[in-house]
Amino acid sequence: MSQTQTQAEARVNKLDDYAAVLGSGEIADLRALAARLAGRTVQMVNSTSVGGGVAEMLIRIVPLMCELNVCIRWDVITGGDDFFAITKAFHNALHGGRFDLPDESFKTFLAYTEQNRARMQFDADFTVIHDPQPAALIDARRNHAGHWIWRCHIDLSNPNERVWRFLAPYVSRYDAAIFSSPAFAQPLGIPQYLFYPSIDPLSEKNRELAPEFVSATLQRFGIDAARPILTQISRFDRLKDPVGVLRAYQSVKRYLDCQLVLAGGGAADDPEGEAVLAEVREAAGTDPDVHILDLPPWSALEINALQRASTIVIQKSLREGFGLTVTEALWKRKPVVASAVGGIPTQVIHKHTGLLAHSVEGTAYQIRFLLSNPAIAQRLGERGHEHVREHFLITSNVRRYLTLFLHFQNAA
Amino acid sequence: MRAAEPFQFVTASYLVRIGNQKAASLLELSKGIEDCSDASIFYHTFQSLGRHHFLTEGFSNDFAQWVLASCNRPALAERLASLDIRDYVSLADLRGDLRRILGDSCAENPREAQQAAFEMFYFCETVEEEVPTDRRAWTLEELRDGLKEMGHASLQFHFLTSRLRLHLRTNDFSRWFAKDLALKELARQVDQIDIYTNTLDSARTRIIQFIDRCIAGEFRA
Repeated sequence: MSQTQTQAEARVNKLDDYAAVLGSGEIADLRALAARLAGRTVQMVNSTSVGGGVAEMLIRIVPLMCELNVCIRWDVITGGDDFFAITKAFHNALHGGRFDLPDESFKTFLAYTEQNRARMQFDADFTVIHDPQPAALIDARRNHAGHWIWRCHIDLSNPNERVWRFLAPYVSRYDAAIFSSPAFAQPLGIPQYLFYPSIDPLSEKNRELAPEFVSATLQRFGIDAARPILTQISRFDRLKDPVGVLRAYQSVKRYLDCQLVLAGGGAADDPEGEAVLAEVREAAGTDPDVHILDLPPWSALEINALQRASTIVIQKSLREGFGLTVTEALWKRKPVVASAVGGIPTQVIHKHTGLLAHSVEGTAYQIRFLLSNPAIAQRLGERGHEHVREHFLITSNVRRYLTLFLHFQNAA
Repeated sequence: MRAAEPFQFVTASYLVRIGNQKAASLLELSKGIEDCSDASIFYHTFQSLGRHHFLTEGFSNDFAQWVLASCNRPALAERLASLDIRDYVSLADLRGDLRRILGDSCAENPREAQQAAFEMFYFCETVEEEVPTDRRAWTLEELRDGLKEMGHASLQFHFLTSRLRLHLRTNDFSRWFAKDLALKELARQVDQIDIYTNTLDSARTRIIQFIDRCIAGEFRA
């Protein structure tokens, strides 16, 4: 999906549109919470206005907050290529990777932070700084004015020590930090809160589709709608273990008729993705029931259709941040078989909202179990939908922000 | 019938604060339960039931679920799951029973108690923000209308966590029926709705049905 499309659809989604999926009570709650923040100002700061999960989330959250009469502003920091090369290196290092840049890079980072601090205005009651790129902007806070919150969207469970040692003193000066998983929290000396990532139920990737569109999509990719479809939607990345998925499918296929769809992107502009795609194709051989789809980034509707057409959705990742593809599948009431890694067990509560597995053999067994027990599969899917409705929708995110602001306000 | 005092509808909203404790074995879980805050016991028991209200078959609290899914100890999980939050009006009592069950198990099976779990248990805490709304009910009809439009978090606040606030084995609705409308039978019926086998939505439907039956004159005062 292009950014333009994302912005266009975000513009037309109003709070009341969400009442259809959430119930009017939930929307009334949002209005009641927001009313307590009347006259308060909020500033969101991140490093890009287009592309990336944070921008996509802000594109949706900011208009909803506005509709709730919260006075919210979204600012984006700027920097040269050298700044973003450093922040990219920070990003990888905070995910546990190496950091080979010289100490000079920290000075460059701070010099750009100072430029942004001088250019931007910081006078909101609640300032939310997203991710490491603008983290040092806490220097702009004067006399403990307002409430400053650092929202970390990345997996900090195993950060590179050199980079974290540099950033932690800045983060420790915020009033609070927000993480996507308890496993990412750090010893910081400030309160740390849990905000789950979320999906937009009205986006192209998640909204209801006409059955004709779903059928047409299957036809277009040569998938038989009359036979069971197992699907994994993921980048062609070794950490998503597409070859493991294929092995699990081959094991299932010895006993039960089914097809496998491996759909994702990332192969065109990523040499490793290309190599993984080639490995998957080789492992699949000439099996006509394996459909390997390398989709372009604007395929949200097609992915939506493939998920909706699936009998079972698989997410056999070896490592995972949160796993929003699992959230998307659960929202579509699909039975999910997934690895117990990262944020997946938060979503897939074993035997309640899906089934967890720890190996190829386990994945194959759980798939066979669900194919043989469609009533159980349906019940897991229904509960998975409820779980997402309660915790992982964009409106839950709005609610968490409002509650946090209210908490600060009441504490003050 | 008009109540002596109105029912005040409250919008409740919850934050999750990540604690600084975690457990990688049953022994560590047992120690963590001894040391964690009341807000943490609340989050993993009362709040957990509310967060997972749509699971009506065998989900009780986070401790039991972790012992089952990450430690593969179904018998111990069953004992922890059998603790019924409706029996508690104090978190200290609930913590005491959790400690006793886990402590006994660790003492009986010291080697198993130290075995590494599949996944870490992270202690978190609830931060509750309650906002009284403009809505009040003076009659059963007004309460029923308010109930129909109530969000899940607010329903959880009035129906589930009220025990700790009131220090009574009841909920906000039943208390109002009994105290301000003198409708003890309606209060009793609503209090007997089993939140372990109902979702918040099905519990709401049953409360509304009881109110309708009361309005129709089925229940005596």
